[in-house]
Amino acid sequence: MGTELIQTIAFYLFASLVIASGALTIVARNPVHSVLWLILAFFNAAGLMLLVGAEFIAMLLVIVYVGAVAVLFLFVVMMLDIDFAELRAGFAQYLPFGMLLVIVLAAEMIFAVAAWNAGGVEFAQRLAPTPSEVPNIQALGTLIYTRYLYIFEGAGLVLLVALIGAIVLTHRKRGDVRVQNVTRQNMRRPEEAIRKVDAPVGQGVQL
Amino acid sequence: MTEFFQAHLGYGFGWFLATLILILMIALPLMLAVAMIIYADRKIWAAMALRRGPNVVGPFGLLQSFADGLKVFLQETIIPSAANRGLFLIAPVITFTVALVAWAVIPFGPGMVLADINVGLLYILAVSSLGVYGVILAGWASNSKYPFYSSIRAAAQMVSYEVSIGFVLISVVLWAGTFNLSGIIDAQRAHIFGIINGFGFNPLLFPMAVIFLISAMAETARAPFDLTEAESEIVAGYQTEYSSMSFALFWLGEYGNVLLMCALNAVLFWGGWLPPIDWAPLYAIPGIFWFFLKIFIFFFIFSWVKATVPRFRYDQLMRLGWKIFLPLSLFWVFLVSGWLMVTRYGV
Repeated sequence: MGTELIQTIAFYLFASLVIASGALTIVARNPVHSVLWLILAFFNAAGLMLLVGAEFIAMLLVIVYVGAVAVLFLFVVMMLDIDFAELRAGFAQYLPFGMLLVIVLAAEMIFAVAAWNAGGVEFAQRLAPTPSEVPNIQALGTLIYTRYLYIFEGAGLVLLVALIGAIVLTHRKRGDVRVQNVTRQNMRRPEEAIRKVDAPVGQGVQL
Repeated sequence: MTEFFQAHLGYGFGWFLATLILILMIALPLMLAVAMIIYADRKIWAAMALRRGPNVVGPFGLLQSFADGLKVFLQETIIPSAANRGLFLIAPVITFTVALVAWAVIPFGPGMVLADINVGLLYILAVSSLGVYGVILAGWASNSKYPFYSSIRAAAQMVSYEVSIGFVLISVVLWAGTFNLSGIIDAQRAHIFGIINGFGFNPLLFPMAVIFLISAMAETARAPFDLTEAESEIVAGYQTEYSSMSFALFWLGEYGNVLLMCALNAVLFWGGWLPPIDWAPLYAIPGIFWFFLKIFIFFFIFSWVKATVPRFRYDQLMRLGWKIFLPLSLFWVFLVSGWLMVTRYGV
């Protein structure tokens, strides 16, 4: 009875929940339920990251995927009216393509693990991604901002281009909407907005 | 305490029991604090509107929150027949749990913290971004128009203000050099002229403290940003279909979040459990007293704003978040990091 037992229990809990919620993401009838299962899968994946000592990646996974991406995803799915029965009718049609994708992915994974095993990395080093006395964030930072600086900045540039592209594609100027000019509203004084009129009886006021 | 239990009960079980007791030591007083803070909120609000506020149950109405709690506990839980039953019931539980879970990394005094983790601030950011799920799910599962509008509003609002909160946190982390909350408090010791504790007194960080305070109000959907429950537009927002305990859980979770944001204001900018001035006699007063005092001052500000400022319109809310706070806080991150580059690292 020790830390190992607790870690083993936690590992099997997280791992089985990731697989179960991943499967339920595909199987769920309601698209909103699907997204919620996906969120649970993200969450448990973050738990697995914590177990291997990558706490920074775990927190990022929750902040970025669960906190932002999935919220927007849920946002869109809730407003769509998707008929899943109709989608499922095309199941047999897409099956061969799907199987091909699965085979390619599985082959890549097996290949990666085999190559990793063949490499010269010590077993103990594989288990601990960073030397235990250096905090995770510091270890990542020293690598990203020195050795991989150009790749990192390149990735940032790609994201910036995607951001600008999305704005350009969706932004349109509409002529038929009245938009409030906030600065002008704030500059307005009562004297220019109100006028006193001595209205004659039975004639009303010209606006 | 963990060592004591582990010595007597074995490693695993001792750890389990000690952690359980520590969790209860935070969660139970927190619930009591929420009950009292609801009373304080109503009293402050009433005083500013020249009313008396709750004054019937118990001395000065102190037991009002408990009477309300008992009342909702005895009510019937109504589930709309068209609602998505499972999600409808789990939504308030999510809101409530998330509001409690974040307190695990808050340091109440020197060494008084349940989980002293390296990524404490990121953990807070992660957990507070989960809070929106309770609201979204409640609105969607109710299968009703106004709750759904409210949940869409809440999702957009919280995602928007999280961005500027993130930038504010980055500038604090840059200055402190750590994500650990205890480390951030330690970095504030004797910060100004060697005697004043707190990043908030630093002229370069003070604007960030203001942005954080306002964003915290938006993030917890407090007035003047309470568009998710604007009664003049969408009845009671996402809570419309809820009754009895499920409604009470939303209420408790909401005030728990408000307290958490007040605590974060205190920890990040005003020295947490440190006294305001780095002077030995002040350290004789226990740190937890200073911490609670700061939390209460911030809660008073929250109540004050609620009682005096009219509600924002939704486009004004979005304008404030994206067009004012986002560029300002982004610029300030550049400013702070540039300043630190020149003064601390000499590049």
